[in-house]
Amino acid sequence: MAVDADTVRRIGRLARIRVEESEVAGYQSELNAILGFVEQLDEVDVSGVEPMTSVTPMALRQREDKVTAGGHAERIVSNAPLSEDNFFMVPKVVE
Amino acid sequence: MTLVDTRTPNPKNFVAGATGDWEVIIGMEVHAQVTSESKLFSGSSTEFGQPPNSNVSFVDAAMPGMLPVINSECVRQAVRTGIGLKAKINKRSIFDRKNYFYPDLPQGYQISQYLDPIVGEGTVLLDMGEDGTVQIGVERLHLEQDAGKSIHDQHPNMSFVDLNRSGVALMEIVSKPDLRSSGEARAYLSKLRTILRYLGTCDGNMEQGSMRADINVSVRRPGGEFGTRCEIKNVNSVRFAGQAIEYEARRQIDILEDGGSIDQETRLFDPKSGETRSMRSKEEAHDYRYFPDPDLLPLEFDDAFIAKMAEGLPELPDEKHARFVRDYGITPYDASVLVSDRESADFYEAVARGRDGKLSANWVINELFGRLSKDGTAIGDSPVSASQLGSIVDLIGKGDISGKIAKDLFEIVWTEGGDPAQIVESRGMKQVTDTGAIEKVVDDILAANPDKVAQAKEKPTMIGWFVGQVMKASQGKANPQAVNEILKRKLGI
Repeated sequence: MAVDADTVRRIGRLARIRVEESEVAGYQSELNAILGFVEQLDEVDVSGVEPMTSVTPMALRQREDKVTAGGHAERIVSNAPLSEDNFFMVPKVVE
Repeated sequence: MTLVDTRTPNPKNFVAGATGDWEVIIGMEVHAQVTSESKLFSGSSTEFGQPPNSNVSFVDAAMPGMLPVINSECVRQAVRTGIGLKAKINKRSIFDRKNYFYPDLPQGYQISQYLDPIVGEGTVLLDMGEDGTVQIGVERLHLEQDAGKSIHDQHPNMSFVDLNRSGVALMEIVSKPDLRSSGEARAYLSKLRTILRYLGTCDGNMEQGSMRADINVSVRRPGGEFGTRCEIKNVNSVRFAGQAIEYEARRQIDILEDGGSIDQETRLFDPKSGETRSMRSKEEAHDYRYFPDPDLLPLEFDDAFIAKMAEGLPELPDEKHARFVRDYGITPYDASVLVSDRESADFYEAVARGRDGKLSANWVINELFGRLSKDGTAIGDSPVSASQLGSIVDLIGKGDISGKIAKDLFEIVWTEGGDPAQIVESRGMKQVTDTGAIEKVVDDILAANPDKVAQAKEKPTMIGWFVGQVMKASQGKANPQAVNEILKRKLGI
């Protein structure tokens, strides 16, 4: 799998990372080097092996349905650059 | 997902175009808020209508280092719903991250289920009246987090974000593309809501956003290849769903008949104009880059857990419907009306038990439901209790009061309350079945109207006028059947 320049730009956009045009070639070769390194794993035959979703032999921990948090709106918005009446304020987004 | 057409085209559902008939293909993704005290992965409250950001934990706000822990009740609710949809329950399911950026999604991803949902294929049966029962396939049900809410009209160039809903558990219930008309789509939404309410797994309150539908619509020539679909997002009422589909199908047909083609896109329904419009900012198709959430292990349970969930389920609407028709001898239509919500069904059973099922159904549906909707009163607040209505039905059954008097009695019980049998007794509302007494009234009326008597001999339908006079003279208490018989005999017709 080889990453081309367009893919680099697209991944940047999806991750909301600004990629300057002068940086594209550099990222492209770095990403290809990483993918090439990982591709060595293709040598292993994994047919019939289920994908691993966890390294710990544990079941998912569950909790009871109880209200144990909330009720501190001021603290929730305290780090927001801008807030009003305990709402976060963000540049207008309208679909 | 491979699309399989399970339906036989029904010409009744076809939409006429300028160049021939079209068939509408509809599939739905319904988001149903799970009934629970706290959120899917955090301990903050799910209560509706709270002050902004008060139902928010550090997990919901995606503070760094916070970890999700699943709410066991949400798991139980999803399994119950799966059983209610006669669906395959997956004993092992996986949570994935669905990545996208939006201000009301602080994590930058939604925890959802992608390849391994908690519930697999199931079915929903729709009663389409004379078209019979239609079976709609459910593709899957998965658990996921709701996003927060953005408010755009508070400020000229800022949006306000409230995260109270962020992290609330949703069940996304995905249908197969088995629906073929706006009527079926409405019936599907209503039926799904009924099932969820019976199960108690979602309150089905569409106004508060507890249930919303994304509707996929495409058109094709009857029985032909599936066409390109458009998705109408976030429809929040059964009626709007119908309108949105009607509009969208017509829009697509017009484009195709003009030689154009349909762009696969996401659209919004505007209830004010009744139209759907394309959502902007679609220059880049969504690429969610799903991957298993490393913060969460696979969700696993055993058969014993599923069996325990199944044991605790109430009788569901389809089973109740069948039992009402079988045990109470009522029509399938009446049964559908009665089972549409659990409280109505329970009320009817309390009236009908040990009584005439059909008469009881009539009184519950026509009189009680009619009066309730006229007053905008919910069945739970009905001023006439099931035992009072049962007692009215008893009085009719015994012939103590006529149907007409019974309606007056119902009104008295509705406004004043009291024991119906006592009211009948104390206010002299009992029906007169004593033929001697009725004969006397008949004789008086015949004697007072010799011209009408002569006319009636020529024109037997005149008897209706006499019946009316006798009923009036007896203040509605004469038994109408007896009045008819006596009049016929005396008039010689």
